[in-house]
Amino acid sequence: MTRPCTLHLSRIAGLAAAIVVLAGCGRPGVPKQETAASRNERAASPHLVVFAPPPLSEIPDDAFGAEVRHGEALFRNTLANAPQYVGNSLTCQSCHLDAGRLAGSAPMWAAWVSYPAYRSKDRRVDTFAARLQGCFRYSMNGKPPPLGSPVLVALEAYSYWMAKGAPTGALLAGARYPVLPRPAQGWNYARGKTVYEQHCALCHSPDGQGLLVDGKPWFPPVWGSRSYNWGAGMARLDLAAGFIKGNMPLGNGGSLTDQQAWDVAYYIDGHERPQDPRYLGSILATREAFHAGPFDTYGRSVDGRLLGAGTGTTGTTTGAHGKRATKPAGT
Amino acid sequence: MRSMLAFAVALLLGVAAHAAVPLQASKVSVSEAGQLERDAQIELARQIVMHGSPQGAHSCATCHGEEGQGKTKAAFPHLAGLPAPYLIRQLRHFNQMARDNPSMQAIAHNLSESQIVALAAYFSRLVPPPVMGATVQPPALGEQLALHGSGAVPACVTCHGPGGRGLGGALSAAFPPIAGQPAVYLERQLVAWRNDKRPAGPDGLMGAVGKHLTVEQIRAVSLYFAAQPTLSNVPTAVVRP
Repeated sequence: MTRPCTLHLSRIAGLAAAIVVLAGCGRPGVPKQETAASRNERAASPHLVVFAPPPLSEIPDDAFGAEVRHGEALFRNTLANAPQYVGNSLTCQSCHLDAGRLAGSAPMWAAWVSYPAYRSKDRRVDTFAARLQGCFRYSMNGKPPPLGSPVLVALEAYSYWMAKGAPTGALLAGARYPVLPRPAQGWNYARGKTVYEQHCALCHSPDGQGLLVDGKPWFPPVWGSRSYNWGAGMARLDLAAGFIKGNMPLGNGGSLTDQQAWDVAYYIDGHERPQDPRYLGSILATREAFHAGPFDTYGRSVDGRLLGAGTGTTGTTTGAHGKRATKPAGT
Repeated sequence: MRSMLAFAVALLLGVAAHAAVPLQASKVSVSEAGQLERDAQIELARQIVMHGSPQGAHSCATCHGEEGQGKTKAAFPHLAGLPAPYLIRQLRHFNQMARDNPSMQAIAHNLSESQIVALAAYFSRLVPPPVMGATVQPPALGEQLALHGSGAVPACVTCHGPGGRGLGGALSAAFPPIAGQPAVYLERQLVAWRNDKRPAGPDGLMGAVGKHLTVEQIRAVSLYFAAQPTLSNVPTAVVRP
């Protein structure tokens, strides 16, 4: 089946410049242990396959299709559909836009053909399902659904269906988030605050706590007790900056400069959030074990505050308005 | 002749209102003074709506209706119930020639800042017309875009609220209600954003949206929101958690 290339790919400028359409021609020997360097290499690689997921109207009307739709619903309304595993106000599509379909927003069709993969974070080869569990544990600050549980099966079915026709193991254009070069000016809290106030605060609130509409979480909190915890990928500056550059402000991704994206990522990840569930009893030990990289803010002093004490409760399943949630620190 | 008479009356009333407020304000309490000022503001706006301004702005009612209900067949949008901050912003854009519409530019050119504020307050207090006849069944594509978006275009309801009711509070200037507006009007706005003929809003969001949507998508999503009931055109509650 041939589908047109996704138009929005062209918006991810750095990547698009390097895209050469070599349909079905994946490069062998891709390093599975992702580092900033290997991601840069992949981003600069001309051997990218352009792929577009099928339209939702092609979901089959059968038992499998029902599971796919269940997965789509989970993706959009994660708390309502999987309350026992969600501990904050985010949904899957807070980070994976357009219900996991958007190139440059870590789309699920690209993720599906990238696993099993070795992940330095877990120091082992993870299956796709195990990777999904990580999303719930860290980004959703909740509890990982058991392997084979209805929630994981539905999300797997949805992802598999979306990746139909994508070559396994190939380098797909628009996989993950855009990779930004290290910023010339480094990153800066005060500059990031200015970017945040000008471009983010309208929807995410000046205090980072997002907004409720008709009583429901609407614009997600970006720090504090109802946001992703310290173990999430988004708590890493390079990933957050790439996501922001490619996708924010929502509807006009690519409009911030790389420097603005790094600065505002530093500002956002320069605030307290729920503790890393791998916490080893001290900030220092946890930093040494899990946050020793150049893009971590955990365990660092930002704007005069040592980050990593955690706020709210880690791993709660009390949902968006959990009673145990406390007022976020540092706001 | 009749309109000249109306102008004269409006002029007299306007002068009277301006003269009356400061005289009375010294004798009444602060809250009463505020009420008097609001009453004078509404009266000033009502005169402009019905008869135009002494400075030469046409009456709003000619196109937008005496109740601000709009005219669907002529693609004139309803103004009743739209948030004042949004209306102020639009009138300023017309006044500054930033939003492209020769009629509205000419009218807003003749409005002072205080008249703009008064008109916005006036229309925001009116109840929107309950049904703005959308006679065409909107295509499924419209609902798809409205509720889920497409690719880099977010779901419209993300910013315009459930049902296109708009988001209230501090967001009301940026994210107005769009439910029940004439489809042709909505379509023209999206085309205007695509062609850089209307300020693209915060962070250029609507400019980007207009440029990403196809002509078919623009038509479909305009028909969808034209068919949404304006009775729900009360800005959605937005709360800081």
